[in-house]
Amino acid sequence: MKKWSTRAATALLAAVCLSAGAPAFAETQVDDGYDYTRFADDNITLNVYNWGEYISDGSEDTLDVVAEFEALTGIRVNYTTFDTNESLYAKLKSGGGAYDVIIPSDYMIGKMANEGMLEELDFSNIPNYDKYIGDAYKNQSYDPENKYSVPYMWGLVCVIYNTTMVDEGDTSTGWGILWDEKYAGQILMFNNSRDAFAIAGKMLGGSLNPSSVDEVEASAEKLKQQKSVVQAYVMDEIFDKMGGGEAAVAPYYVGDGITMMDDNPDLAMYLPGEGTNIYIDAMCIPKGARNKEAAEMFINFMCETQIALANVEAICYSTPHTAALELLDEEMRDNEFMYPDDDYLALCETMSVLPDEINSAMDAAWSSVRSYDATGNAWIMPLLLVVMLALAIFGFVRKAIRRRKRDY
Amino acid sequence: MIKNKSLASPYIVWSVVFTAVPLAIVIYFAFTDKNGAFTLKNIMDIGQYTSVFVRSIVLAVIATAVCLVLAFPLSFMLSRMRASRQSMMLMLIMLPMWMNFLLRTYAWMTLLERNGLINRFLGLFGIGPFNLINTSGAVVLGMVYNYLPYMILPLYTIMTKIDPSVIEAAQDLGAGNLRVVTKVLIPLSMDGITTGITMVFVPSISTFIISRMLGGGSNLLIGDLIELQFLGNSYNYNLGSAMSLMLMVIVLLCMSFTTADSEEMEAMV
Repeated sequence: MKKWSTRAATALLAAVCLSAGAPAFAETQVDDGYDYTRFADDNITLNVYNWGEYISDGSEDTLDVVAEFEALTGIRVNYTTFDTNESLYAKLKSGGGAYDVIIPSDYMIGKMANEGMLEELDFSNIPNYDKYIGDAYKNQSYDPENKYSVPYMWGLVCVIYNTTMVDEGDTSTGWGILWDEKYAGQILMFNNSRDAFAIAGKMLGGSLNPSSVDEVEASAEKLKQQKSVVQAYVMDEIFDKMGGGEAAVAPYYVGDGITMMDDNPDLAMYLPGEGTNIYIDAMCIPKGARNKEAAEMFINFMCETQIALANVEAICYSTPHTAALELLDEEMRDNEFMYPDDDYLALCETMSVLPDEINSAMDAAWSSVRSYDATGNAWIMPLLLVVMLALAIFGFVRKAIRRRKRDY
Repeated sequence: MIKNKSLASPYIVWSVVFTAVPLAIVIYFAFTDKNGAFTLKNIMDIGQYTSVFVRSIVLAVIATAVCLVLAFPLSFMLSRMRASRQSMMLMLIMLPMWMNFLLRTYAWMTLLERNGLINRFLGLFGIGPFNLINTSGAVVLGMVYNYLPYMILPLYTIMTKIDPSVIEAAQDLGAGNLRVVTKVLIPLSMDGITTGITMVFVPSISTFIISRMLGGGSNLLIGDLIELQFLGNSYNYNLGSAMSLMLMVIVLLCMSFTTADSEEMEAMV
């Protein structure tokens, strides 16, 4: 889901090229039955908005997917990237951009669909959806009738740890390792309310989608307990901190974890026994898209087997595309973290859309978690009062002295 | 004096479009709810974040004070140097500012870490490791490091204008070093001091990236809080605007204090 680090992505690409020997296609093979050239003379520009470093972009001898699409269809693509679901949402909500194709994650798709921000897709223009996308990734809770989205990639949240600093036996404690006093000051945590509360929810044996404000409060209590052992709340700084041995344990996304393991052989990962968050990023068309049919053509193109294969080889996330999975290099396909067995997947949950009241309760609780200090912050308030008082008195006294001087 | 005021019109248009209008929008959002109806709820909701506001103010005040204490003697020394040396020293002070702000803060992160350069260096002598990063001290350090030039420059500019003979006269009349500083130097450079204070305090109180990188995300400041409203889960831009408004009021208060001060001082001198 979240691809932040350019450095990481380059390393990833390098690793994949070495291991899989990714072939560079001169020309993509597409299904004959689909008319990709019908807009060739219409001078159309498609605005595509995707996660950063989340497509095969032609670097390091991979296939340049966007260029292939342009060459095939005669449609120009204006490809831009975002870094969080929330910034994508804020941009669309404020009317800041006219996009034709966007690739948000599960809960954000649900939220946008609820608010009428997405167009219903015409699946007759996207035949590859029925042909290739695995049934397990269809009709998810965020889009129960699968009207708005076509899955692009998926993945899991795992625990990454440094084998030189963590006892192998502790990995059986699941998420509990992130609360373990033994590793106080060496634990990193998500700096993102939704992800942090998901872990706390799983810890408490509940769901990662809190159903009431009380559940949010309970998770917030759990997170406050954790605070004394947490070294820092981070997102992409995790690459540096885990890579450099600055921290011992951290939760993160499997795809990025694989990148980190390539950089630092001391790192390993495991999937917590309690189950984890499975996320799906899917392609959607926002309301008001100017070229809906061309956008559907782009989505269909992204689901062409060779294109999907090129993408998954380039970015190392898990693919919902059945034919691409078949063709994938065995080493990647058998990776237990990228494609875990069905028993484990049954324990995983996607994030669903939360009602507004729970979202704002979560944000408020999150900022109180982050500004919470178990060792006492109480002195700060009186200190400020004293400082302000002193300033005021100083001002008065000075004025009084000056007045007296002037009177002389 | 150029009488033709129309020359200023591009700037006026600029400031209306990019300052006045956005400001009005912020104020509008701060006092309305999601449906656009008038409400005070946003302002009242800020109450639960008092500790964050207090921490921001305290850290910004400390950073400003440290900057002032560091910059004052340095600027004085600078202003008394030979002209050629002055420009070289000034360039040295400006040099770090040529680098990207984020990069500089990132560099501090690798310096302060538990396995960072400082702790490794101290480790050679068997001292430490110390817990340097992820503390409020690290946040203040980041502020001081990044904003120190903004204190030095106005101080230096005003101090070059102080005639050395004024200082000599004070000394001839029997004033000691301390008296020269408090009775001559400080009053004469008051304008620079107030400009410097504003230029350091304002960015310090609204920063969010420094606290995230050096504070480990647990030293939440007002800037982080506002960011959270816009890029967090709930996308509550009304509350975010109310917080921004509050921040602006704090800054305004600070500026009114400092500018009034300098006028008084001028009247006195």
